[in-house]
This record gives sequence, structure tokens and C-alpha cells, in this order.
Amino acid sequence: MFKRATNHQEPAVQITVDGLPVTARRGDTVSAAILTAGCVEPYRYTAVNGTPRAPYCMMGVCFDCLVTIDGIGNRQGCLIPVSDGMVITRQNGKREIES
Amino acid sequence: MNHTQSTNEYDVAVIGGGLLGSSIAWGLGRLGQRTCVLDEGDVTKRASRANFALVWVQSKGLGLPEYTGWTVRASETWSKLSDEIKAQTGIDVCHQRPGGFHLALSEKELEDRRLSLRRLHNQPGATDYKIEILDHDEVKKQLPHIGPDVVGGTYCPLDGHVNSLRYLRAIHSALKTSGVDYRPEHRVSTIEHRNGEFKISTEQGEIRAGKVVLAAGNANMTLAHMVGLKAPMSPTRGQILVTERTVPFLGFPLTTIRQTDEGTVMIGDSREEFIDDTVQNLPINAVMADRARRMFPLLNQLNIVRTWSGIRVMPKDGFPIYDQSETCPGAFVTCCHSGVTLAPNHAFDIAPMIAKGNLDLERVGAFSARRFDQIQVQSSGYY
Repeated sequence: MFKRATNHQEPAVQITVDGLPVTARRGDTVSAAILTAGCVEPYRYTAVNGTPRAPYCMMGVCFDCLVTIDGIGNRQGCLIPVSDGMVITRQNGKREIES
Repeated sequence: MNHTQSTNEYDVAVIGGGLLGSSIAWGLGRLGQRTCVLDEGDVTKRASRANFALVWVQSKGLGLPEYTGWTVRASETWSKLSDEIKAQTGIDVCHQRPGGFHLALSEKELEDRRLSLRRLHNQPGATDYKIEILDHDEVKKQLPHIGPDVVGGTYCPLDGHVNSLRYLRAIHSALKTSGVDYRPEHRVSTIEHRNGEFKISTEQGEIRAGKVVLAAGNANMTLAHMVGLKAPMSPTRGQILVTERTVPFLGFPLTTIRQTDEGTVMIGDSREEFIDDTVQNLPINAVMADRARRMFPLLNQLNIVRTWSGIRVMPKDGFPIYDQSETCPGAFVTCCHSGVTLAPNHAFDIAPMIAKGNLDLERVGAFSARRFDQIQVQSSGYY
């Protein structure tokens, strides 16, 4: 659905999304990287009603971009730039915690 | 009933639109009484929006055994209230009664709890509420995520919780469909009893009613004397922390921690005499958070997303006050700390008494404010 602007020349950054390798670009936010990776699944499911959602404002206001980043849940993907080796898990409903 | 807001005459005017006033007004509306609720605006202090939402029995009633029975009755009637409200409004307030725990983080805490429960139980006329004292392993069977610092705890099968914000919304919605006039921005300045009726001055003019019910929380303190009643209050401040939503891990509410139906974890239980609810005492938040994570180490992984302080409605000795005026017949005062827990009693027991014009002293005589004229009653320790 989303395509990169052709003049985007930033170096590649390797991350994983739900265990799959994704090549992002330096300067991408986590949300931008997920959206441009072309995942067909909904970006996330909400915590209370389980409805599918995707980032809306991309500027830190709507909280519809929440993901788990390096084990910490409910982070705003639209505000956090990708870095090499980052492990991203999308949230299907409420945040999991381990005992 | 087809009266409208243009009418300023009612059978009953309830002053206060929080959990207590709304529950009584709904009960009155159910009985066909022409009722209005005179409330302040959105910016007023509202314990009804700051509370912890327990429907709680264990440990209540030390110093006044009738309070234990009154609380047990509420615990047993809550599901009837939530069913009726759901049938009327379609709103599920998520009342659950799995029983509740109180956890101890040291042998001394557990011993103190044991002693206070024994004193409570040994009072003449005390209702047995089937409390169990458990060690670490016994607690762990029901609460598998407790940490090693938990020494033991108490369990009472009558305890529960509810989504109290949703209950407040639901009861207001039910007031509307029951024909009760909810009138916000009607702060009451004076109440006069003249020619057998009450003339109530509000910021939006005069309201007249045959009966008046004071349900204005700590403000009852100033309203009560206008109609020959009294309501000695000593409000306290409490603070609450709320985590982000997480998967259900806590099947039971605790005195200090509960997981809501929507997945957030609430942490509470502080008490201070300082009653400014626009600020918070951060060291207290730190202690609450630390105790919570010692009880459940997995809470360490969660972010705190909200904290607030709120002012408890608190009669001077911690017990409810239900009283009627001798000098101004038809005037009633109702105050209590546990507006959530006691909601069904207010709707199904107190409201019919008010509709009839007399409190049933056999049932609620122990809660008269006349007790403050006599000996000093011991504090209830309201959890």
C-alpha cells in the first residue's frame, strides 16, 4: 500500500517484525518501517475490543501505533526511530506480561 | 412520569449526584416519587470518579458490628443492582464477586491483620463473613503470580469489584429513563423548611420539595445544620496508580491492587489528612508501586500511565451516617465512605424508607449521627 519516495537514499537498517527480517532505512520510524514492509495483516488489534487499527496521526497523538519494541510493550511506534537489530512485535489485543 | 425541567416542585430533592445521591434518586424514581438530583458541575471534587471500585466486606465493622451486616447485605445484593441497571440501560457495569484478598509482606503485617480480624469477629452481634487466613503457599494456589515477599494473606469470599466509572454513567442514564430530573450546575446555598416543604436555593433559582436528602459527600457537613441535622466528616486524601492494559493475570481483587475488566491494573490504598486533590505526594506513589511489585513481580514490566489523588468522603468515625431530622420532618442526611459497596442498599433499602418518610430504625438506627453525641466510637479502619 505504501511506497517509498524514490529519492530516499538513506542506508539500510535490519530489524525484525514478528520474527521476520525487515529492511528499513535509517530515519524511518518503527511505524513507517512496518507500514512500508507491506504486511497484509492489520497493524494491531486494540486492547479492549480487539478491533483492527493502524497508525493514524503519525505524530505521537493518537496512540494507534502501539507495538512492543525490544520486549517493552505499548510503545509509540511513530515516535521511535528504527535501529539495527531492533526486535518488534505487534500487539494482538492487550499487552502480554511474563511471570 | 411526564414532568419536565420547567417544574421546580418535587416530592424529593436529592442534593448530590455522585454514587450515593444517584443510587438513592434512582431508587426513589423506581417507586414513582417525583425526584430531582441537584448536583454541582463537572469541576467539583468527586470521590465517585476517583475511587478504587471495590465492593468490599473483609475487615469492615470494627467498632460498629451493624456495619458488617449492612456491608454483607450490599455484597449479596450487588448483582441484583447490576442486573437491573443492565436491563434498563444496556450498560454492563462488570460486577464480579470472586472473593478478595489482602496480602501481607511481613509476619508482623499478617499478625496485625489476624488480631484485628479476631477483634472484629469477637464483637457481639458480628456477622460472620467467612474470612480465611492463609499462608504463602495457600495464597499462591489462587494467586499464582505472587512474589517471595508475600508472607500470607486473608481471603473473604464475599468481596468483589465493579467498574465504578461505568456504574456512575449507567446510573445517570437510568435516572433519565426513570424520569428523575438530573440538574447539574445547581450548587445549593441554603435550605429552608417552611410550611411543610423545603425551599432550596441553588445557583439557578429555587427548587421546592416535600422531602430533601443530603447526599453531598463531605459538603453534608455544612448543609446538615440547615435542616436540624449533623454530619461530622473528616475527609482524607488517597492516591491511585494505573498501569497500561495487560492480559488478565489477577483473578481476584485485593485491598490494594485490582485488575479492571478492561485490563488496567489499579494500585491504591494511601491515606493522608492533607486534602488538596490538585497535587500528589510522589514518595507515597513510590511506596505503593514498590509494595505492588513485591506482591506481583511481573508488574515490574508494566508502565504506569496515570496517577491521581482524590478526596474520600469520610464520616468522622468511618461508618455511614443515615439520619432524619426531628425539627424539619422530611429532611434526611446520608453519608458514607463506601458509595460503591453500599450502592444496592441505597437504591433498594434507603430509598424506600425515604419514600415512606421515615428511616426504619430497626435496620439503620445504629447509623444515626446521634452516636457522635455519646461516647467516642472507635475508627472502623475502612478496609
